[in-house]
Amino acid sequence: MMKRNLTTHHSATLSAMERQEEDEDRVKLFGFWSSPYVYKVEWALRIKGIQYDYIEENLENKSDQLLEYNPVHKKVPVLIYQGKPIAESEVILEFIDEAWKHHGDRILPEDPYDRAMARFWVRFGKDTLSPPIWKWFTTQGQEQEAAYAAAVEQLQILEKELDGKRFFAGEKMGLVDLSLGPFSYIIPIYEEITGVKLIKEEKLPSLLAWMDNFLNSSIVREHLPPMDKLKLRCQAIREAFLKNTN
Amino acid sequence: MAEEIKKGLVLLDFWVSPFGQRCRIALAEKGLPYEYSEQELLGTKSELLLRSNPIHKKIPVLIHDGRPVNESLVILNYLEEAFPDAPPLLPADPYARAQARFWAAYSDKVYEVGSRLWKTKGEAQSQARAEMLQVLGNLDGELGEKPFFAGEKFGFVDLALVPFMPWLTPSFERYGGFSVAEVAPRLAAWADRCMERESVAKTLYPGEKVDEFITLLKKKYGIE
Repeated sequence: MMKRNLTTHHSATLSAMERQEEDEDRVKLFGFWSSPYVYKVEWALRIKGIQYDYIEENLENKSDQLLEYNPVHKKVPVLIYQGKPIAESEVILEFIDEAWKHHGDRILPEDPYDRAMARFWVRFGKDTLSPPIWKWFTTQGQEQEAAYAAAVEQLQILEKELDGKRFFAGEKMGLVDLSLGPFSYIIPIYEEITGVKLIKEEKLPSLLAWMDNFLNSSIVREHLPPMDKLKLRCQAIREAFLKNTN
Repeated sequence: MAEEIKKGLVLLDFWVSPFGQRCRIALAEKGLPYEYSEQELLGTKSELLLRSNPIHKKIPVLIHDGRPVNESLVILNYLEEAFPDAPPLLPADPYARAQARFWAAYSDKVYEVGSRLWKTKGEAQSQARAEMLQVLGNLDGELGEKPFFAGEKFGFVDLALVPFMPWLTPSFERYGGFSVAEVAPRLAAWADRCMERESVAKTLYPGEKVDEFITLLKKKYGIE
């Protein structure tokens, strides 16, 4: 009877430990429904076939957990791996590719020079392309016109880099595609709201085709933000910015 | 006539650039020979620079067997991966690597926020000061009681951050009215510790020289 108690106690303890370990081992993602950065991470996890628990944050009332996991930036996405947090989508994407190296497709190329090029284009998207697109969407008049011209200039650079390829990474999508991917649905929304076409077929045919390839890929089309809700949100953002500058 | 591809490593750089210094320190730590090519940034940019970095026209640019790699952190990662037999600066574990990449990228903020300290006045400058104190506090906290950011060994985050220290002291400190030794004492001690390494000591210029350079820039851009 002693033995049975011990065994029972032992296995109960083990179960609790196992359960805790299993819980800690579950990949978690803190996100927000409209954040493009969160979607990049989710598409990457899908490429690798990784199951994860998703926690929706209220960005106007951030959870204690989020603030504890990302005290420096207090932002989403934050990936939790074995109970430990990783922040910043660029860092998370590289981590996913390394931690699950042998699962699914590679997100970054193998060759060191190609990897450097991929990282360069990710930075380009973030530092050089995003600002004028954002400026174009949140301003009007001359300021908007200047931003539009700057955005087109950067898009032309991307067009040249894409050069008719199906994806930036080639036949299958990779880091640069994931990183620039949200533009494929955000730009059309911005175009609809502002009434101005940013990506014209005559000028940027490869990019236009890429946007289509990206949105229709099996990974992406299964997981996109709710477009009507997103459009309303973008509209409200533009209105708020225009009001502030008046 | 086809241009002969130059074998080996060439670094297009500018003497006081902390971003270039990151690359110089990494190359030294890895024992990789390279040709240093000082670029004219305040005057006319060289054809080689314009050809190697046509999009941004900035240094540093690492040219390896004729192929250019731009952006200091991209260059650091490239050196890790293209020369696997050289001493690594990143840890092996994916999680630890992610942490290193996070903090190396974060260290850019020291320069970004610091530049606003000498470029702006009034409200904008106060904001920059407040942000700088936060950044230094975060870095000091992340370092903690460890000798280096990854622990016992000098590595990726250390070399990404240390080139900004001569910009902090005395320049950013003076423009912002703070002292690194006071707001981030562990970081201050860490900076001294890094200077004991030959690669760092031989690459960084003293704070006074950086201060002179900032004064020169202010004059050039007509900033009071």
